[in-house]
Amino acid sequence: MDLLTLLSNLSDGMIVSIQIFALTLVLSLPLGLIVALGRMSKNPILRNLVKVYISFMRGTPLMLQLMVVYFGPYYMFGLIMPRGYRFYAVIIGFALNYAAYFAEIYRGGIESMPVGQYEAAKILGYSKVQTFFRIIMPQVIRRIIPSITNEVITLVKDTSLAYVISVTEMFTVARAVASAQANMMPYVAAGVFYYVFNFVVATVMEKIENKLSYYR
Amino acid sequence: MSLLEIRQLKKSFGDLQVIKNISLKVEQGEVIAIIGPSGSGKSTLLRCATMLESIDAGDILYLGESAFKADKDGMPHKVTGAELKKIRSYFGLVFQDFNLFPHFSVMKNVTDALIHTQNKSKEEAYDIGRRLLTKMGLSEKENAYPFQLSGGQQQRVSIARALALNPKVLFFDEPTSALDPELTSEVLKVIKSLAKEHMTMVIVTHEMNFAKEVANHVIFMDEGVIAEEGTPEEVFGNPKSDRTKAFIKGYQ
Repeated sequence: MDLLTLLSNLSDGMIVSIQIFALTLVLSLPLGLIVALGRMSKNPILRNLVKVYISFMRGTPLMLQLMVVYFGPYYMFGLIMPRGYRFYAVIIGFALNYAAYFAEIYRGGIESMPVGQYEAAKILGYSKVQTFFRIIMPQVIRRIIPSITNEVITLVKDTSLAYVISVTEMFTVARAVASAQANMMPYVAAGVFYYVFNFVVATVMEKIENKLSYYR
Repeated sequence: MSLLEIRQLKKSFGDLQVIKNISLKVEQGEVIAIIGPSGSGKSTLLRCATMLESIDAGDILYLGESAFKADKDGMPHKVTGAELKKIRSYFGLVFQDFNLFPHFSVMKNVTDALIHTQNKSKEEAYDIGRRLLTKMGLSEKENAYPFQLSGGQQQRVSIARALALNPKVLFFDEPTSALDPELTSEVLKVIKSLAKEHMTMVIVTHEMNFAKEVANHVIFMDEGVIAEEGTPEEVFGNPKSDRTKAFIKGYQ
């Protein structure tokens, strides 16, 4: 198999990998903020529920969580899910898992903000919501970008875990081709794909970081 | 009617009673300096007056409107909603460590609250901002960010930020304690110029000469009570209590 055929075989898988990556980010970044707010809630029931959630999400393998999301509805409730559910199960599993990690990053950032910023905002008449979105969050985002970058890079590589429920992302295709052809090249191509993907991610994140570092 | 009246204020942190029983009045145009040793409750008094702290007993009234309402057990609670907003609009506070918003330019620091909490147009807010920054000697700095300014300049921005909202009374919580002597003088100069314009101010300070010069009324606090008060001449020139004498002597 020449390189071009190999790449065209892999390209469908690449698109799926990129879809998993993008959808996970779009869902888990906002969801993580909501989880973080729950984690910091004054209501002890909500706070502890969220704490347990985060603990499970971080304490068990993502691979296992994907299986639970995919097989759970049938095994637990006898629900037969529609054909396309496989892909949605991946997105749900990833989003729930990454939201837990992002939540803790948000929390760290929010709790690192000096109380003086809240007090100044209060004296100036900002509402709680205004204070959070105008004063606190812009500074929090700037502080947490390096940690977010770490997670995003991990996410690129984690997309390969979708193979456990047979979603044909790039790595699934590479494995299939490699074993059919008894050839190393698909793995090399897969490695290059992940590396280039992450190189782009790291570059973009660095750009964002630089854009936000106009102040100290 | 007094601009601000504090009646029999009490405030504890756990077992520590920081403010034992304080009553005071601030009249329109008055400049009050609050002096006293560290831990005497000066800053806590300001934080209660600006509603950053809850209070345990007593009352705080702005233009006769109570900022706290007693519940059925007699515990005072902050007023809420529109009432709270109205009370807050009466005062401004200048912090010891400025608390500027680092991600906003100087101009935005001064005008953002005008635009977003008082619904002023951007043009109107910027006009006010420019006027105040010029007055503070900072017209060149409107596009700078706080980290690019000296401590004295930052404190002057924070004074402009407080003045922008046109408060009836401005509180200062040790406005020069984070500054070296040279920067201190430029901030004190600004406060003096405000005093000349009869801005009502309550200033917690360790700068005795400044207090003597700028205040019409000096309050000496010690261990959570007003140990002595009067005109600067009375308190500094002829202190009655031994505690005041000892404290003032320590500064000369």
